[in-house]
Amino acid sequence: MSEPLLKVTGLKKYFPIRAGIFGKEVGQVKAVDDVSFEIRQGETLGIVGESGCGKSTTGRSLMRLIEPTEGEVFFEGKNVTKMSKEELRKARRDIQMVFQDPYASLNPRHNIQKILEEPLRVHGIGDAKERKEKVAKLLNIVGLSSYHAQRYPHQFSGGQRQRIGIARALMTNPKLIIADEPVSALDVSIQAQVLNLMKDLQEELKLTYIFIAHDLGVVRHISDRVGVMYLGKMVELANSEQLYEKPLHPYTQALLAAVPVPDPDFKRETELLKGDIPSPSNPPSGCTFHTRCPFKMDHCSKEIPMLVEVEPGHSVACHLYKDGLNNDNNFAKTEG
Amino acid sequence: MSMTEQKELLQVHNLETTFFTDDGAIPAVDGITFSLREREILGIVGESGSGKSVTSLSIMGLIPSPPGKITKGEILFEGKDLTKLKEKEMREIRGNDIAMIFQEPMTSLNPLFTIGKQLNEAILLHNKGWSKKQATARAIEMMKLVGLPRAEQLIKDYPHQLSGGMRQRVMIAMALVCDPKVLIADEPTTALDVTIQAQILQLMRELNHRLNTAVMLITHDLGVVAETCERVVVMYGGQIVEEGPVSEIFKNPQHPYTKGLIQSIPDMRVKKDRLYSIPGSVPKPGSIEIGCRFAERCEFAFDRCTKENPPIYQTGEQHTSRCFLVEEKERELNV
Repeated sequence: MSEPLLKVTGLKKYFPIRAGIFGKEVGQVKAVDDVSFEIRQGETLGIVGESGCGKSTTGRSLMRLIEPTEGEVFFEGKNVTKMSKEELRKARRDIQMVFQDPYASLNPRHNIQKILEEPLRVHGIGDAKERKEKVAKLLNIVGLSSYHAQRYPHQFSGGQRQRIGIARALMTNPKLIIADEPVSALDVSIQAQVLNLMKDLQEELKLTYIFIAHDLGVVRHISDRVGVMYLGKMVELANSEQLYEKPLHPYTQALLAAVPVPDPDFKRETELLKGDIPSPSNPPSGCTFHTRCPFKMDHCSKEIPMLVEVEPGHSVACHLYKDGLNNDNNFAKTEG
Repeated sequence: MSMTEQKELLQVHNLETTFFTDDGAIPAVDGITFSLREREILGIVGESGSGKSVTSLSIMGLIPSPPGKITKGEILFEGKDLTKLKEKEMREIRGNDIAMIFQEPMTSLNPLFTIGKQLNEAILLHNKGWSKKQATARAIEMMKLVGLPRAEQLIKDYPHQLSGGMRQRVMIAMALVCDPKVLIADEPTTALDVTIQAQILQLMRELNHRLNTAVMLITHDLGVVAETCERVVVMYGGQIVEEGPVSEIFKNPQHPYTKGLIQSIPDMRVKKDRLYSIPGSVPKPGSIEIGCRFAERCEFAFDRCTKENPPIYQTGEQHTSRCFLVEEKERELNV
């Protein structure tokens, strides 16, 4: 297999908790705690999890929009975490982001021409005429028209704004796009349009995506592989099919079971999770999920489970699978 | 099930709520008729701008005025037309008979007072002459009812000390203190994580069952409707386009919009290569004056759709659809 496009090893981001008038550090929020994964050229990696699980912080740390505390990020073999400011600026041409709220991420005082040109100006690409052509071309690619370039963000609907957000990310011909909840602010009927657009663009432009979202249905439709995060840790990472058909981690199982299914005849088999997500500033010891886990064993509160590959392409961080998949202790195994 | 035998508790007749803005009068809700039956959970589903929230605020008499105003129609509850009541009379109904919970529980709770104080306030307001002690006892009882742990300690906590799910439970407790006959829940789980959403929906089903409170659940999520409601009203562009039992609507949707909406949900259980998507976007309220509001996005639209307003057709015993296709189909059958 070829070299992965992006390789992340042991990524950590701890935010300090400060208190008192002198801002003394009294603790840490482990927003991302030892996360490792790889992405191959042309694939989509979905990252799912509930609020506070660290999925957005992970996405932002990769580009060093948030400076990671520890760990390394290799993009095309180059260590992003060691880059100088100038090198990083150049690398960011190849890695672009699409954000959740198309209302907040477009400057309301700039017209679309100016918004879309900005990445080109920042990176010193092309002259005025070329930039204008590129804007027109990309507006067409994302399903808008070149005359839209003279309009302002408030003149567009939510779905159109997200198309503009995508066009902006594409201006520098990036290789990797990190999309952080790109469709969660959109209505269902519009959401499907944007997802289809992203899929088409991926095929046409050979893009690689990191798709961060909380909606498991959306993630399944766009992702080749999916990573599930809980309290700063990656608890399961697998091919999309494997993850949805045979989730191994008890948290993944509970998460999948909690999604409302648009079918009135559907009967739920797995029990609902009890309790709330613990605070990331004071996570439980050992496996962070043990406080809510229906299969909790004695040592779960003491030992931190490692993310281990238990079958080809399927990794899970859970003590139930310490001795591999075919063990009698695998209570959590799903039937059928 | 004998849904037809259930009494109608709340009837909305030809309701029109208009917002008078600088751009002219905009009918956010444009002539809707439906009713909520005793003990049922009715879903009102629609996308942004469909008028679903304005409908619920109209019922509660909470439309901000100006610019909004109920311009037509009536809302009947126990023989009274709510649109004609004075603010003082309406206040009696709110809380006592009809209660409401909102999407973001943090904005509905006062951050400066403890949970206990806020619950007590609601209880004392509606039970004149109760002592503080009685009220606190009732508050603790309600908190236990909605599944809040350590209720005795929790009443001393402030809203920010609670998680989103717990806050929404507090809001539900507060809404239910006076044993209302109707609970209107406007996107009660949209701001919550899925595992917490599942807990809150389960709680609402349980309470509906135990207390016989009729629930009007407003949501954009058809998955939530399928799991929680018995009947559903689908809104688009300020109108009701389809209404019927949930089981029928999902299996046999009559209106092309409902069909499209169901098809465009990314269902987690199956992987589709491409999602079905409805072309175009939701029209601005008031922008379409004549014809079907959905016509420009509809793949089945024909001449008549843009020239005439489609009436509501009965397509089953309890199933209606606002679409000319119903008539076309019948004509084909008769030929």
